[in-house]
This record gives sequence, structure tokens and C-alpha cells, in this order.
Amino acid sequence: MASTLAEKIIASHVGRSVEPGEIVVTGVDVAALQDGTGPLAIMQLQELDMVRAHNPEKTILFLDHAAPSPRKELSNAHMSLREFAARTGAVLSEISEGICHQRLVEEYVSPGDILIGADSHTCTSGALAAFATGMGSTDVGIGIATGKTWLRVPETLRVVIAGRFATGVYAKDLMLHLIGMIGADGATYMALEFVGPGAEAMSMPERFTLSNMAVEAGAKTGLFAADEETRRYLDEQGRGSDYRELAADAGAEHARTVEIDAGEVEPNVSAPHAVENTRTVSEAAGTRVDQVFIGTCTNGRIEDLRVAAEILERRRRHPGTRLIITPASRSTYVKAAAEGLLRIFAEAGATVTGPGCGACVGVHGGILGDGEVCLATQNRNFQGRMGNAEAFIYLASPATAAATAIAGVIADPRDYLK
Amino acid sequence: MPDENVRSNEKDNKEENTHQMLLKGKAWIFGDSISTDHIAPGRYFHLRTNLPELAKNVLEDANPDFAAQMQPGDFVVAGRNFGLGSSREHAPRIIKIAGVNAVLAKSFARIFFRNAINVGLPVLEIDTSGIRHGDMLEVDLGTGTVRNATRDETMTFTPLPPVMVKILGDGGLVEHFKKYGDFNLG
Ligand code: SF4
Repeated sequence: MASTLAEKIIASHVGRSVEPGEIVVTGVDVAALQDGTGPLAIMQLQELDMVRAHNPEKTILFLDHAAPSPRKELSNAHMSLREFAARTGAVLSEISEGICHQRLVEEYVSPGDILIGADSHTCTSGALAAFATGMGSTDVGIGIATGKTWLRVPETLRVVIAGRFATGVYAKDLMLHLIGMIGADGATYMALEFVGPGAEAMSMPERFTLSNMAVEAGAKTGLFAADEETRRYLDEQGRGSDYRELAADAGAEHARTVEIDAGEVEPNVSAPHAVENTRTVSEAAGTRVDQVFIGTCTNGRIEDLRVAAEILERRRRHPGTRLIITPASRSTYVKAAAEGLLRIFAEAGATVTGPGCGACVGVHGGILGDGEVCLATQNRNFQGRMGNAEAFIYLASPATAAATAIAGVIADPRDYLK
Repeated sequence: MPDENVRSNEKDNKEENTHQMLLKGKAWIFGDSISTDHIAPGRYFHLRTNLPELAKNVLEDANPDFAAQMQPGDFVVAGRNFGLGSSREHAPRIIKIAGVNAVLAKSFARIFFRNAINVGLPVLEIDTSGIRHGDMLEVDLGTGTVRNATRDETMTFTPLPPVMVKILGDGGLVEHFKKYGDFNLG
């Protein structure tokens, strides 16, 4: 029987073919907690008297949402994660290391893996052809202790991408376009599978951006086949031996197919307070913006920072607009320093922070004031997301963000790229 | 220790709910797309290890009066895609700790739905468009019906998948593991 990528990965774990809708108990290859969800997972394991890690080398605890900690309650939460790591042998990713999803693709996840993470954007690793999905603290805690979880085999929504982006248009624009098209619940319970010549032509960082936002359409994971580009990426990370080719079978059945021509996609923004509230940048142009934030697991990679730097070089932010730039991981930060990007940002008037989630989730470092407007490169713009329910968030690509920081109003990046 | 507070408080609620198949209370109406940021806002991130305190702010960004004015046993009644957003299990947990009997919505986001079952909070998929604020509802988890006593209407909700009936019936995933020491979902 021809299988989708999701079915194939689950089948290889349970040792038989599977069908959508089926419930399986499966082994887990990688499990992850972060500082917001980890303490509750540990508490549950304490209650069950199961404080242990089945596979400690592939159990990673990330201190990223509150890095460094802005208050004592969160410092105590960090202590509980450090203590759990020391007791169980699990890996601790310290506050200096960066965002869980970026760190997972850099170091821990391989094609064909099943990854469960207590963070909704765990789907990012789907770009490596891993069945990567977000769950709650209890589910992941039990996955850590037992090495197992239960899953409902998802139907697949296939996104067939043709063409290549025009200048000034990026993977982020395509994903905002897709979510605008199918809605924030357009793929609930399904796996997204990105295929077609346009998907094959995408670099790994572009694929990460798409997979990262799969959950914003309600999806369980967002998958790409593992191909030569996947191999190149893993080689670059020094883990070429983790590569294996993996793709859906021809003729596999899909619940739905959606087609997009990347060449037709415009730079887009999502307007407050919903990701599905997509419009083209020209429709939103001219909206006053108080703060621009470039970073996060969606768009805080070195490739994103390079695009932003290209636009910001020898320019300055608008005096009425603050600019915050947060590299996704330590390795991104090191590269940005070596390439001189941090200097370009500082000269442009940006506040450059250490790696982590930064301003994304409203914990610290960029909380908005009442009535303020932010344009950010993150993945969601729900009311209250950046720490203030009275504020307004637009989502966009790093290029649109950089152009907006200069103009002080939402601006088209194509006007700033030569 | 905040940790102990959380545990004892939840246990009380859990025991109450698992044995109760017939739930009665008043409807609180919410709209479409209520996100986990509405339910458990990021600005209270530091309260995630102190759930009774966090529960005092439950759903604050969707209705600032809800937490203070709701009565234990009331229902959260919403539109489509309830609970979209983050994986924070704290969201269904604090709805339960606040004393909400069940959440009724046209549809739910996947992670929230699974988390709710894991923490023993009944979540019912049903057409909520005819329910108004303050309506008295009687939910029968056994027969899968909702009676709107105020309007004298009875509706049925989409049955939960058997695996979730099992976990919910055990009182959540932790209780399930206490009982069986492993997954026992067959
Ligand atoms: S960067 Fe934002 S979306 Fe990504 S893991 Fe951190 S808080 Fe979540």
C-alpha cells in the first residue's frame, strides 16, 4: 500500500503499515521540554514516581523562553530543570544556547525520527522528514520516562508548491499566504506534506520556516521529504551520517491537496489578532509601527539575519520605531558576529540581544505598551502574545521587518532591495 | 511549596469530576479562535508553577470578568477552534482548577483537546450557536447529550474517540498510569 510520509514514519516505528485514524502506541526517538512546560512535566513524573529518562541522550531540556531569567519564579523553574537533568542524565541546553526548535534541527533530530516536544512549534523538525509534534507537559513527561507515546495516525494535507520566489518574497510570505487560504484550523489533526518542484528547490532554512508554522493551520506536523538538500544541511552540521533518504510513496492517498505557485506569492503580513488574517504588504503599507522584532524559531536564523542586514546596512531605524534583533541560537549568534551583521544592526540603531525566544512570548525583553503596534517575524500574533492584550501584532518576513524599521510604517521590502 | 498546592488542588477536582456523569451549570459565551494566550496569558509565565494563582486569571484576555464571576460548575461555551496556539497544558488545567465543568465548542485545536483529556477536563464538540450567556445547561457525559434547560432544547455532541474516553474515564493520563503503570488503550 502506498503511504504518505507521516504514515511511513509511524509504520517504521510500530513495525506494520498504518492507516489514518488508527491509534498506535509508538516508540519516541527524541523528547524535548522547555522552561515554560518542563516544570509541570517534572511534577507529573514526581507524582508518578517515574523521575527518569528512558533515553537520556535524546531527552533535551531547553532553557530558552526566559533566557536569561527575568524573575525569581522563573529562575526556580530553571533550577528544577537543571536538577532533573543532573538526576536523569538528560541533556540540558543552557540559557546561552538558543531556542529549542532551532537547537533540535541543528543537533538532535534526524530523518525518520519521531520527536515529541512540549512546545507547539515542535513541528519545525518536520522539515527534516521527522514526525515532529507538539504535546502537553504530561504527554511529553511520560514519553521521556517510558520512551513511548500514543498517536492518532493523521490524514495528510498535501501542499504542492511550484515555482520560485520573486525578489523580496520569502518562505514566510508563502506560509502566511497558505494559512490565509486554508484558515487557522484548515489542517486540524492532519499532517502537512510540502511537495512539488517549489518545495524541492527550497533550502533547509526555508523549509524550517514552513514546517514551523504548520501548527498555525492546526496541523500536527509539517513534513518535507529528506533529499539532497537535507543531506547538505546535515553535512554542514557535522552530522552527515544521520542522513537517510525518505519520501512519500507515489500514489499515496491524501485527504486534501492545495496548490501554490511560489512565483505568484506577494510579500504578506498577518494583521492583528489572527495568523489567518493575511493581506499583502501593499494593502497594509503605511500602518504606523512602534516596535519591530526580528528573531524567533520561525525567522531568527542566520539566513534571516543576512536578509535583514542587507536592507539595514548604511541605513538607520526610523526614530519613532524601536528595533529588536534576537538570533535563534548560539551558532546563529556566532556566525552573525563573524560576518559583521551584529555591527550593522547596532549601527542601524537596533537592540541586539543574546539568543533565545526573546520578545516573542511576552515574558521579557520587548513587552509592548498599551495601544502599541509591533511588526514581528514570529509565527503568531494572538491578542496578548507579546505581554499586553492592549497591543497589536503584525507578522511578516525579516525583509519586510527590516524595511518597516527604516520607514517607521509597514513598508514593502522590494523598495529597499537593489 | 507551590508544587504541593497544585497537586492537592487538582486531585480534589479530579476526583469530583470523574465520578460525575451529569454536569449542571450556567453557560459563559466566548467567540471563535480563543487562543491559549487568551486562556493563560504569557505575561503570567512566572505563575506556571503556581497554578491556583494562575487560575485566578483564567481567560482574562477573552473576558476580564470571567474568573471573578463564574461559579464552580459553570460551562465555557465557545465557537470554532477553541484552544489554538501553544502546547501549554496549563490552559486546560487552570480552566479545570477554576471549577469549570466542561468546555463546549464548535471545534477544538488538537493540542488543547488532547491536553484537556489528559488533565481530566471534559471537552465537547457540539454546535454551540443556539446557546446564550446564562443559559442553564445539563451535560450528560454518559449519554452524550446536552440539555439547554433555559430553552428546553436537547442536542448530542460528537462522541470522543474511545482512547480518550478511556483516559478521561480514568481521570486523566497520570491517573491512567497510576492504574496500569503503562499505556492501556486497547
Ligand atoms: S521563539 Fe516564540 S514561538 Fe518559538 S519557541 Fe520561542 S516563544 Fe515559542
